[in-house]
Amino acid sequence: MPEARERPSGSKVAGRQGIAARRAPDDVDRRLINALQGDFPLVERPFAQVADAVGLSEEALIARLQSLLDDRVLTRFGPMFQIERMGGAFCLAAMAVPEARWGEVVEAVNAFTEVAHNYRREHALNMWFVLATETPGGIADCAARMEAATGLPVHLFPKEREYFVEMKLEA
Amino acid sequence: MSDPIDFAVGGAGVPSGKLGDVQAAADLDRRLVLATQGGLALVARPYALLAEQLGTSEALVRERLAVMLADGRIRRIGAVPNHYAIGYPANGMSVWDIDDECIDAVGERVGGLPFVTHCYRRPRHLPDWPYNLFAMVHAATREAALERVGEIAAAIERDFPGVCRSRDVLFSAGILKKTGLRIGA
Repeated sequence: MPEARERPSGSKVAGRQGIAARRAPDDVDRRLINALQGDFPLVERPFAQVADAVGLSEEALIARLQSLLDDRVLTRFGPMFQIERMGGAFCLAAMAVPEARWGEVVEAVNAFTEVAHNYRREHALNMWFVLATETPGGIADCAARMEAATGLPVHLFPKEREYFVEMKLEA
Repeated sequence: MSDPIDFAVGGAGVPSGKLGDVQAAADLDRRLVLATQGGLALVARPYALLAEQLGTSEALVRERLAVMLADGRIRRIGAVPNHYAIGYPANGMSVWDIDDECIDAVGERVGGLPFVTHCYRRPRHLPDWPYNLFAMVHAATREAALERVGEIAAAIERDFPGVCRSRDVLFSAGILKKTGLRIGA
């Protein structure tokens, strides 16, 4: 089942550094990561097709991909959805979290399923995250519930215009 | 978006012959989102497994995924790297206070720089947050990231002198969560 590969979240990621990878990718990993940031084939045996291209067997490729996910070199493998094209919304949001409350607030914020990703940043606004909701109205609703849960203001930075988005990073 | 699929069908949300109506297609598409938002199963035939889970055919699963790729509901299918792990530990969100008169021209210019991975216009939150342009840079070191921010500043000043009033760079100090979207909870 796909859900079995979910990365742990919540209390385990409440530290300063958050989710860190457990190993560095080797050359084969990098080749594989680069190949898997392209168009994944929609054929009966897609891993076999990618395996041919990178010179691995299908089984070896699947095992390696699993280990890259287990070791958090990859955070996810699958379709990346653009929820705005499905009637929903994404919104960047930020909070100024007092250091004394950091762990507790990370846990409270990450517990919202609407939080797609969350980063600590060096600024008075020290927590920056992206909300994804099924309806445009869901953003304000989620922010209000988050403010109630944490007692802290949530600042919303909705995208007014997108100039460029790159979906790949060469490994 | 490039589309390697030779059996991609129709336009956005247009069901093909096997599906009776638009509602059935929308319903299957939503169930596909729910079934794959946590990730695609790492098995030899992931689409066959999905079809089994959803009670439909593998051909239809692949067809609907192709439609969603073609109309942009899926940006791509593939791996999402932890950028710290693959050589880009310095993740700087550069933010800029640009004169509203030319924000879009500046945004297009900055978004066109090869090392800028995301570039958006967003609202200011005055008085504490005067910035209306966000440009993300990834690099191996902070110095390299700051050098790139300097290149952005130089490009803006050269092409649009005087329009940038202030800027800042917010470096990431850790990923706290990175699951991607989760709907239907």
